[in-house]
Amino acid sequence: MELSIFGIGSGTTAIVAVLTGVALVVLGMTAAALMGPRSYAPQKSEPYECGIPTRGESMVQFKVGYYLFAILFLMFDVETVFLFPWAVIAKGMGVESIIAVCVFLFVLILGLAYAWRKGALQWK
Amino acid sequence: MNNIFDFSVATAWLDGVLTGVMPAWAATLVECVLVGVVLLTVYALLALFYIYFERKVCGAFQCRLGPNRVGPLGLLQSFADMFKILIKELIPLNNIDKFLFNLAPYLVIIASFAAFAVLPWGKGLQIIDFNIGIFFLTAVSSIGVLGILLAGWSSNNKFTLIGAMRSGAQMVSYELSIGLSILTVVLLSGTMSVSGLVEGQKDLWFIFQGHIPAVIAFIVYMIAGTAETNRGPFDLPEAESELTAGYHTEYSGLHFGLFYLAEYLNLFIVSGVATLLFFGGWMPLHIPGWEGFNAVMDFIPSTIWFVVKAVALSFIIIWFKWTFPRLRIDQLLAFEWKYLLPINLFNLVLMLIVVAFGLHF
Repeated sequence: MELSIFGIGSGTTAIVAVLTGVALVVLGMTAAALMGPRSYAPQKSEPYECGIPTRGESMVQFKVGYYLFAILFLMFDVETVFLFPWAVIAKGMGVESIIAVCVFLFVLILGLAYAWRKGALQWK
Repeated sequence: MNNIFDFSVATAWLDGVLTGVMPAWAATLVECVLVGVVLLTVYALLALFYIYFERKVCGAFQCRLGPNRVGPLGLLQSFADMFKILIKELIPLNNIDKFLFNLAPYLVIIASFAAFAVLPWGKGLQIIDFNIGIFFLTAVSSIGVLGILLAGWSSNNKFTLIGAMRSGAQMVSYELSIGLSILTVVLLSGTMSVSGLVEGQKDLWFIFQGHIPAVIAFIVYMIAGTAETNRGPFDLPEAESELTAGYHTEYSGLHFGLFYLAEYLNLFIVSGVATLLFFGGWMPLHIPGWEGFNAVMDFIPSTIWFVVKAVALSFIIIWFKWTFPRLRIDQLLAFEWKYLLPINLFNLVLMLIVVAFGLHF
């Protein structure tokens, strides 16, 4: 484990950072709950849309366009994860490695071109 | 090298004092608490400063004064606002998914805290220093989008749902550009550890070392970073003229305040990472061969270098907001997938050529 400030392991400090975040929310919400006023009115708990009562269900199935981008993102993100370890050692590699990676990137770009051609990037 | 402002001397001294008076595990515990408290304080103060800074800059762009009544130059305005938000009522809502609704701010805040702690604050002031530091940063900062999606979904409100969906599509799309820009710099530096990245810029910052591909990566990073923080021309998730307030419409009081804090902190994190990747982190401006100049630059403390560079880059991001009109969702996604992503991939190949043939400085 890599040492960071005070010579504490980075894993420990990462946990400290996460716990600090939790502490901020817990402390803040407790303070707000203690200090804030409380009142009740039936209209107040309604969803805030535009003044008139809400119609219909809000937790509905949603436009497929967004999910297409999410799926495309997944593909490219996994490719990026593959590229990160390569990028660390790429400096000392020879010409063969450049060609190999260019083939890899070409396949990646081909995938994007395919999605583009198929109209996945078109907002309908 | 400058040892004048090395914080590791101070922390080593404190460590020595603590281990002198208590067992080692207790000393570590005290140090962890100390780190947590400092982190919390800096986080809160920085967010408040950013709220003030944004309002002041916004005022200047619109030929107004901005906040100027509370405290000297209005400096206490955001403290007053934060206190006000703390004593506001938390409105109980009817049809929400309570668990997810309450969970959402935790995710957003935790993501920004973990990313915040990775930033290089100064010489010897590195809180999280994994050997995959920058990768860890992208990983944790993508948790934030989960919080936003949960907030929008659980609020049981159509506006929040649309806002959250837009935000999800936008943040995951632009995360690719951020990832590829970071990849370009990792290719140049040959390391993913944050301290390694900073050390690599000892002689010259990466934006100068990598010249053309680094500048392209920087520009793409700034655009994608603006989108990632849901700001500027890309503030569709909370487009107030269409969606009331986007994904946090239903949040009241401090619940909303936490989203607000995280949003401003994300602005700092994005500019902090840009500083780390392209402008040397806490490393002073060094030019090879100019010994006297380098020595003078070393006299400025490293923390000041980092914060000033980060704030200057945030100023550019705020500037975007008051310059460009808001995009439509299809334009926004087309911009990422049809322009930034291909540019980024070709830029990666360009950087590969530059690195492989030793064309960098």
